[in-house]
Amino acid sequence: MSTISTPAESGPSSALTEPFHVRALLTVTAVTFLGVFLILPLVAVFTEALRNGLGTYVDAMLDPDALAAIRLTLIAAAISVPANLVFGVAAAWAIAKFEFRGKTFLTTLIDLPFSVSPVVAGLIYVLMFGAAGWARPLIDSVDLQIIFAVPGIVLATMFVTFPFVARELIPLMQEQGTDDEQAALSLGANGWQTFWHVTLPNVKWGLLYGVLLCNARAMGEFGAVSVVSGHIRGETNTMPLHVEILYNEYNFAAAFAVASLLALLALVTLGVKSFLEARHGAELARSHRH
Amino acid sequence: MEIVLRNLCKRFGGFQALEGVDLSIASGELIALLGPSGSGKTTLLRIMAGLEFADQGEVRFGDEDMASRPVRTREVGFVFQHYALFKHMTVRDNVSFGLRMRSRPRRPSRTDIHDRAEELLDLVQLGGLGDRFPHQLSGGQRQRVALARALAIEPRVLLLDEPFGALDARVRKDLRRWLRELHRTIGTTTVFVTHDQEEALELADRVVIMNIGRIEQAGTVDEVYEHPATPFVFEFLGNTNILSARIESGEVFVDGGTKPLRLHSTAPQGAAMVYVRPGDLRLADDVASAPDIPIVVDSVHRTGPLVRAEVRVLQGGAMLTVELPHLHHDTAHFLPGNQLRLRFLQHSVFPASIEAGRTAAPIDAIGYAAGRIRARADI
Repeated sequence: MSTISTPAESGPSSALTEPFHVRALLTVTAVTFLGVFLILPLVAVFTEALRNGLGTYVDAMLDPDALAAIRLTLIAAAISVPANLVFGVAAAWAIAKFEFRGKTFLTTLIDLPFSVSPVVAGLIYVLMFGAAGWARPLIDSVDLQIIFAVPGIVLATMFVTFPFVARELIPLMQEQGTDDEQAALSLGANGWQTFWHVTLPNVKWGLLYGVLLCNARAMGEFGAVSVVSGHIRGETNTMPLHVEILYNEYNFAAAFAVASLLALLALVTLGVKSFLEARHGAELARSHRH
Repeated sequence: MEIVLRNLCKRFGGFQALEGVDLSIASGELIALLGPSGSGKTTLLRIMAGLEFADQGEVRFGDEDMASRPVRTREVGFVFQHYALFKHMTVRDNVSFGLRMRSRPRRPSRTDIHDRAEELLDLVQLGGLGDRFPHQLSGGQRQRVALARALAIEPRVLLLDEPFGALDARVRKDLRRWLRELHRTIGTTTVFVTHDQEEALELADRVVIMNIGRIEQAGTVDEVYEHPATPFVFEFLGNTNILSARIESGEVFVDGGTKPLRLHSTAPQGAAMVYVRPGDLRLADDVASAPDIPIVVDSVHRTGPLVRAEVRVLQGGAMLTVELPHLHHDTAHFLPGNQLRLRFLQHSVFPASIEAGRTAAPIDAIGYAAGRIRARADI
């Protein structure tokens, strides 16, 4: 908020200076807006979580169903984030450094999960792998449960978080061009060496940033996971789903306790993100023009 | 390493970048590819490097066919206009990159690599800066690191793409002289691309002038400057005055002139164009006077080392630019309004049909190359 009030402090020499009452009005409006819509809810989450004392808070966390939900969320993130990291880097490398037929189509396809409602994303998997799904015979033959089980949750999470890493890297890599790679090749490096020693170090901060956003979304995803999960307590509930169940049972303290964990994750993500932006701002700024 | 290019053609979509280029480069030569943007000079360089592949034609290093070899195995040192240094590596790691990437049997020991990198940094006068990162160096220093990095793999040929293009004028001049010295020391066959004619003439053993995907002329600095093959070459290498003329029985009658120029070759009778540089115009005197053009001085600018006068030919009104060294005794006569008579120190005559050389279409290029006439006034 300091950035908002800075103009008010600058001297009368500034050509952009407005009269005092205008500045005050604008500042108050902005601060109020931020307070009501962002700060207050965040504070509410933590106060509600701790309303009945620290004991209740800890109990809610140590509840076996809550622990199962936390574990499942971590598993889903632990599989989908690395998978999307590998895919995102590969896709960005292909799109930014090579020319091929269908490149525009691939770029559009990567954006698909952003434009599709998460509920639809979940339904896609139900339609494919559910009781009447067309891929049913295939998975029955290998005796694998997908819908209402962990694989479905992982699939839905992967679908929703698919674009994060690739979207972060493509503009960055395109901006950097291919001179560095060509230089490495002319010096005798092979394709893998070029990628590992030149391309990847050039985008490492952008990559970390993308992974961070991808992870935050993977852990917080509700819609798509809700459709494929089946809400079986202790088995197919992720943290966001667990929060909803507790809330619907009027167990507010426990609901807010688990929710506070998710809020904490968001704060940590924001913190690391700001740190990255402060330290590697110039490099990251380029990738944010999309 | 000798380089032979034969009948190279390259098309990018609808754009013909190269159209039948032939060029032989002797071992140890320092060659400049000179031309305006879009002339195909960079494409030609990249095809030599293996960063681009020709649609047809031959690329040979010595006796080895290179046409289908990728850049990785060609052993060329390539230097980019914007350096393309690896930002996250120290200067020393940049220089030793090529050696470090070699497969184990061919890779020198760690200490040898380190020593070699230091040696190269000394060679490019950056000794002691090995631990710096590229962003801590100036543009000229970065380009020297790029050169050291390219030399580390002991390349068979050194290829430089507008190596001084991103540097300011002062640094560019210093680096030019320095590169000339370096080439003399290491003797590697070197080809560099530039659009700066001064740079090409100052640095290269031979200059290859390109236009619209073809070579207009390849020759030593004296050959291309004193005997330009085409109007394009003449105009590209410096400021130009153009006068129309007629050729009759072995003599050239310049429009507005009173005396014919001698023609030292057989040429078709009829219309012609005479090209003369501003610095090759002097006052006519008793000894030498052709073509003895009466003019009136329009304006005079003194630009330090040169006195530049705009003059009008009395008969016909054509405008000419005259440049004289500032201490030349003729300068006293160049005052606005003065009527004077001019002679040529040196000039070129081209048939008028190809005066379109200003916007030369490639078909014409052959036409006027074949129809070239060259004349020299007695000085």
